[in-house]
Amino acid sequence: MAKIPYKWYKILAVLLLGYTLIYGLLIPLPTDVGMLDETIRNLFYHVPMWFGMMIILMAAWIYSILYLQNQNPKHEIIARALTFTGILMGLCGLFTGMFWGYNTWGSPWTNDPKLNGVAVGMTMYAGYWLIQKSVDDGEKKARLASVYNIFIFPLFIALIFVMPKLAKFSIHPGSGESVNFKTYNKTNNMEMVFYPAIIGWTLFFVWIAEIRARYEILKQRKENEELFA
Amino acid sequence: MKNFLLNTVISDIAPQVTESLFRTSGKIYVVVGILTIIFTLITIYLIRLDAKITKLEKASK
Repeated sequence: MAKIPYKWYKILAVLLLGYTLIYGLLIPLPTDVGMLDETIRNLFYHVPMWFGMMIILMAAWIYSILYLQNQNPKHEIIARALTFTGILMGLCGLFTGMFWGYNTWGSPWTNDPKLNGVAVGMTMYAGYWLIQKSVDDGEKKARLASVYNIFIFPLFIALIFVMPKLAKFSIHPGSGESVNFKTYNKTNNMEMVFYPAIIGWTLFFVWIAEIRARYEILKQRKENEELFA
Repeated sequence: MKNFLLNTVISDIAPQVTESLFRTSGKIYVVVGILTIIFTLITIYLIRLDAKITKLEKASK
């Protein structure tokens, strides 16, 4: 059940990521990216972390709703695996972003609306982890975590996606009055790597989440067997 | 003559391809190679992990 019955998505993930890793480093760049210079290549590695995180957390959100609807414990396990994997992607995005920011903006943490939103959002997801770790009763925990997840996901999206767009000023591209794809000169073909990168990274982390969910289901099954043995 | 043609071609392409320090030395291919090795090993590790879980799932059915 937790095992996705398609092998092709794993193959696709590996192929797209291989393409991203190799061609992302070799592709010629637009010449007008300013101080970003060659680090604009991080677009293929740092940015897909956030896109992938949002996609995976949305899947987790859907599974949390499904769990509350039909009380199938497998759905809760899948939602949990997806959430933790999504957060792992978010942390990758956060640390790569701090490193990138340190080298281009001169500071690992700036007063950018996107960064502040992420800080609050990550704290909310720390609350999700806290629920998972601190409630003993299995079913109570599952319900509590699902309801909590359903509340925090839209808030998180509002914080990291909607608010920075509404903000007057942001140094992140695509928010406030700052640059986006279209402002660079059209000689670039970065989209050719950018979109495959998003799909590849997301599918790769979905694979990791799948393995985690299958492990948790096996563990649960073993515990149940011991309980009724 | 041949040299002259080659030079013209190179000077036509060169400004677009290798303006930055990043690639002029050709050492970028070393980085690409290392990333490829790391990525290949991670992929093999994941495939093996996947296979192990599949085996456990079959055993516990």
